[in-house]
Amino acid sequence: MAATERMAGRRRLANALPLFVLSPSLLMVTIGVYGFMLFSVILSFTSSKMFPRFVFTGFDQYERLFTNPRWGVAVQNIFIFGGLYIVFTTILGLGLAILIDQRIRAEGAFRTIFLYPMALSFIVTGVIWQWILNPGLGLERLVQSWGWESFSFKWLVDPQMAIYTVVIAGVWQVAGFVMALFLAGLRGINTEILSAARMDGAPTHKIYTRIIIPALRPVFLTAFVVEAHLAIKSYDLVVALTKGGPGFATELPSTFMYTTTFTRNEMGLGAASATVMLMTLAAIIIPYLYSELRHERRG
Amino acid sequence: MKRILLSTVCAVVLGLSAASLQPTQAQDKGSVEVLHWWTSGGEAAAVSVLKQDMESKGVAWLDMPVAGGAGEAAMTALRARVTSGNPPTAAQLLGMSLRAWAEEGFLGDLSEVAEPEGWDTVIPEPLQAFAKYDGHYVAAPVNIHRPNWLWSNAKIFQENGLTPPKTWDEFNQVAEALQAKGIQPLAHGGQNWQDTTVFDDVVLGIGGPEFYQKAIIEADPEALGSDTMVKVFDQMRKIRGFVDPNFSGRDWNLATAMVLNGEAAMQLMGDWAKGEIIAAGKTPGVDILCTPAPGTEGSFLFNTDFFAMFDVGEERRPAQLIMASAAMSPSFQETFNLAKGSIPARTDVPGDKFDECGKQSMADIKAAQEKGTLMGSLAHGHAQPPAVQGAMFDVVTNHFNSDQSSEEAAKALVEAVAAAQ
Amino acid sequence: MSVAAETVILRRSGSGVNLARFAVYALLIVAAAVFLAPLVSMVFTSLKSMDEIRAGNLLSPPTAITLEAWQTAWNSACISVSCAGLKGYFLNSIRMVVPAVLISVGLGALNGYVLTKWRFRGDNLLFGAMMFGCFIPFQIVLIPMAFTLGKIGLAGTTAGLVLVHVLYGVCFTTLFFRNFYVAVPDELVKAARMDGAGFWQIFTRVLLPISWPIIVVSVIWQFTGIWNDFLFGASFAGGESQPITVALNNLVNTSTGVKLYNVDMAGAMITAAPTILIYLFLGRFFLRGLMAGAVKG
Repeated sequence: MAATERMAGRRRLANALPLFVLSPSLLMVTIGVYGFMLFSVILSFTSSKMFPRFVFTGFDQYERLFTNPRWGVAVQNIFIFGGLYIVFTTILGLGLAILIDQRIRAEGAFRTIFLYPMALSFIVTGVIWQWILNPGLGLERLVQSWGWESFSFKWLVDPQMAIYTVVIAGVWQVAGFVMALFLAGLRGINTEILSAARMDGAPTHKIYTRIIIPALRPVFLTAFVVEAHLAIKSYDLVVALTKGGPGFATELPSTFMYTTTFTRNEMGLGAASATVMLMTLAAIIIPYLYSELRHERRG
Repeated sequence: MKRILLSTVCAVVLGLSAASLQPTQAQDKGSVEVLHWWTSGGEAAAVSVLKQDMESKGVAWLDMPVAGGAGEAAMTALRARVTSGNPPTAAQLLGMSLRAWAEEGFLGDLSEVAEPEGWDTVIPEPLQAFAKYDGHYVAAPVNIHRPNWLWSNAKIFQENGLTPPKTWDEFNQVAEALQAKGIQPLAHGGQNWQDTTVFDDVVLGIGGPEFYQKAIIEADPEALGSDTMVKVFDQMRKIRGFVDPNFSGRDWNLATAMVLNGEAAMQLMGDWAKGEIIAAGKTPGVDILCTPAPGTEGSFLFNTDFFAMFDVGEERRPAQLIMASAAMSPSFQETFNLAKGSIPARTDVPGDKFDECGKQSMADIKAAQEKGTLMGSLAHGHAQPPAVQGAMFDVVTNHFNSDQSSEEAAKALVEAVAAAQ
Repeated sequence: MSVAAETVILRRSGSGVNLARFAVYALLIVAAAVFLAPLVSMVFTSLKSMDEIRAGNLLSPPTAITLEAWQTAWNSACISVSCAGLKGYFLNSIRMVVPAVLISVGLGALNGYVLTKWRFRGDNLLFGAMMFGCFIPFQIVLIPMAFTLGKIGLAGTTAGLVLVHVLYGVCFTTLFFRNFYVAVPDELVKAARMDGAGFWQIFTRVLLPISWPIIVVSVIWQFTGIWNDFLFGASFAGGESQPITVALNNLVNTSTGVKLYNVDMAGAMITAAPTILIYLFLGRFFLRGLMAGAVKG
C-alpha cells in the first residue's frame, strides 16, 4: 500500500521533472521572444515616439512606412543584398567544401582560415574593411602600386554599387561557416552509393551533379535558412562599412528600424518596420521548421 | 571532473546572484554617473577637467562613454538605461533631444543652483530655450559650437591671389578658379549630417536669416517649397561639382586633413575642426583661415552640448547639483572650451585665452544675439525634433548623392517634412 | 572518409589527376590568401609605427616591428577619461562571457535531453517555438528588455547582461543538443532505466559522456556570439562593467584628434584574440560536432 503510493508519487515526479527542467528556458523564451514580439506588434499600431505610448492609430504607421522612400530603398536592398549574399555564400561555401574534401594536405589549416572570419565581429573588422574598400587607401591604391595604374575600384562611394561592397564583406564573414556545413554534409554521405556509381563508370562531375549534390539537399536547406536569417538581421555590417550611405543607398530594413526607433524617435514607425521584418522571417522559418520536424516524426 | 564542472557552474551562479544584490553603481551620496560620447583626444581631455574638479570636491565620477555615429549609440544606451528605471546622473545631449527628454518628464530641477548662481543672466536666450523646461533649468549648457564656418588653406589662397568668398556667387567663382588650376576646391565627407551642415549654410547664405527661421526652424511648408529653396538646391548641386569623387562616407576630420595638407582648398565645417588644425601643428586663423560660411556673416548658427540632469531621487541629487554647478563655473567653461574648440556657453567668460577664430566667434555671437540672428543648427539637432530632422537629412543627402532636380528636391522636402510631423 | 577520397581511390592515377590536384591547391591557396588578407593587414598595421603606416600600403609588411601599439592598447590607451587601456574591459567581458556560456550550454543540454528522451505531447511544437527565438532581430527587444531588467532589479549589472545572453543563446544551444541527442539510440536510455537510473543519472552517466562534440560546437557558438556582442553590452551594462567591444568601439569610433591606426588595430586584435584562439584550437572539433548533429545531412 505505502509502496504503491510511493511508486505513484515517484511516477508523478518523473513526469513533472522534464517539464520542470524545461521551464526556465520556456519562461525566458515566452517573455523574451514572444512577449517582446507581441509588444513590438502592438507598438506598431500606436503613435509612440520616444517611449511607448499606447495611443492607438490603426494602420497609420504602416501607411507611413510604405510611403517612406528610405524604406523603399531598404526593401529593394534586402532583395539585392539578401539574394546575392545567399547565392554567393552558398556557391563559395559549397565550392570550398568540395575543394577541401579532395583529401588535401593541411586540411585543418585551410578550414581554420576559411572559418575564422565568423569569429570576428564587424566592430573589430569594420575599420580594416573601410580601408580595403576605400578608393584612396585600400585595394585600389594597392593594385595601382603593383603597377596596374588604371585599376579602379570605387564601389564604396558609388550609390549604385555600394550595396555590393556590403555583399563582399558579408560573404567573406559567413562563407567559411557555410563551408563547414557542407563539409559535414559531404562527410555524411553514404560511400557505398558512390562506390557503386564509380564501378558503373560514371565520370567524377556526373557523380557530383547526379549523386552528391542531390544528397546534400537538406544541407542546402539548412544553409539557406542560416543565410536568410543572417541577411535579414545584418546590421553591424552596414554600419561598419557604409553607415547606410552614400545618401541612404545601402539602407537595410534592420538599419532603418534602428535609426527610426532610436535616432529619430519614431518608435511606432520603427515597430511597424520590425513587424514587417518579423513576418518575413516567419514566412521563411516556419515552413522550414514545420517540414524538418514533421519529417523527423515520420522517420 | 563533471562534478567539478557542475560545482563551478553553481559557484558562478551563486556569485552572480550575490553580485546582483548590490548594484554595481555605487549609489552613495558622493558619485555621479555620466553618459557621453566624448571619447577622444581633446574632448576626453576636456571631460577629464570636470572629472578632476568633481573628485577634488569629494564626488566620485563614474564614466559611461558610448562613442559612435555622433551620439547615436549613446542615445540608444541612454534610452535603455532610463527605461530600466536606472538613469545616469547626467547625459550629454543636444538641444532638440534634450527638449524631448524634458517633455517626457525624466529630467530633474536645477533651480537650487541655477537661481543663486544667476544662470539666466549669463546664458544666451536661445540656449535657455533648450536648457529650461517649464520655467526651470533641467540641463547645464557647456559650450557653443558654430557650424557655419568656412575653413580655407591660407597658402593656396595666397598663391592664387584669392580671398575667402563672402557670398555663394563668390564661392562659385573662387571654386571654379581653383578647379581651373587643378586644385580641389572643397573637402567634404559624404555623411548625412555633413551634407546638411553645408545645406544649413546655403539656406542661410542664400535665403537670409528670415528665410532660415521660416524654412528650417519653423518648417513652414511654403518656405520649404519656395523658389528660394529651389535656388538653395541649385547651389547644393554646384557644390557637389566642387567635391572630389571619393567623398562618400569620409569622416569630417579626414576632410579637414585634406585642407591641412593642401589637397583641397576649403571646408565647410563647424569649429570643432580647430582641434584637427591644432593637432596638426597649424594655427587656426593663420595657416587655416576661418571666415563665416558664404553669405552667413552676421548670423550665428549654434550647436550646444548640454549636460542633461536626470531625475535621480534625493540620494543622488546632492552630487548632481555639485556637478551642475561645476559644469557652469566660468573656470571650467574656459578650460573645457579651450580644449574643445568651441566657446563658453556663458557669455561672461573672458576671451583673451582663445585663438583668433574663438575671439571672432565670441564677438559674432554677441552681435547675432542683438540682431536676433542666433539660431539653432538643423544639422546638429537644434532646429527640429529628430523625426523631422531625419526626414530633412534624407532629402538633402539623397539630392546631393543623386541626379534629382532642385524642383523635385524642394517638393520632396515639403512632403517628407509633412510625413514626419 | 571523404566523398572525394572514395572517388580518388577508385581512380587510376595519371597526369590528369596531378593537374587536377594542382588546380585544387591553387584555388585553395588563392582563396585562403583572400580570406586572410584583412587579418594580415590588421596584424601588420598593429606592428607598424604611425610614420610607416602613412608611407606604406595595406599589405606592406612592417620593416621595424614594434609592439608599442599593443602595449598602448592594452595598458594606456585613453578611452574617454580613463587612460588604462583595454585590460579592465577585457576582464569585464570574461566575467560576462564565462557564466553566460556555462549556463546557456548547460540549459541547452538539459533541454535537448528532455526534448528527445522524455518526450511528451506537444514537445515538437515547444521546440519549434523555441527555435524561432534564434531568429529574432535583437534591436527590437532592446526597450522591452531594458524595462524587464529594471523590474527584476538587474539593470546595469553584469548579472542582467548574463541573463540576456543566456535567454537568446539558449535557443541555439537547445537546437544543437536536441539534434545531437535525437541521433542517440533510445535503447541506451531504456537500458539505463532498466538498471534503475533516474532522470539525472541517465543524463550525467549516459548522455553527457558522449556529448563532447556538441558541447564544443555550443561553446564556440555561444562564446563567439556573446564575446562579440556590442548592442546589449552598450545598452545594458553599467559604466563600470562595459564589455570590451564597447570599449573598442569607443577607442576606434571617435572622429576627432589624430587617429592612431596602429593602436586601433592592436586594440581590435586584442578584442578578437579570445575568439580567434578558440577557433584555432577548437576549430577541428567544430566540424566534428557539426557532423555529429548540428547539421542533419
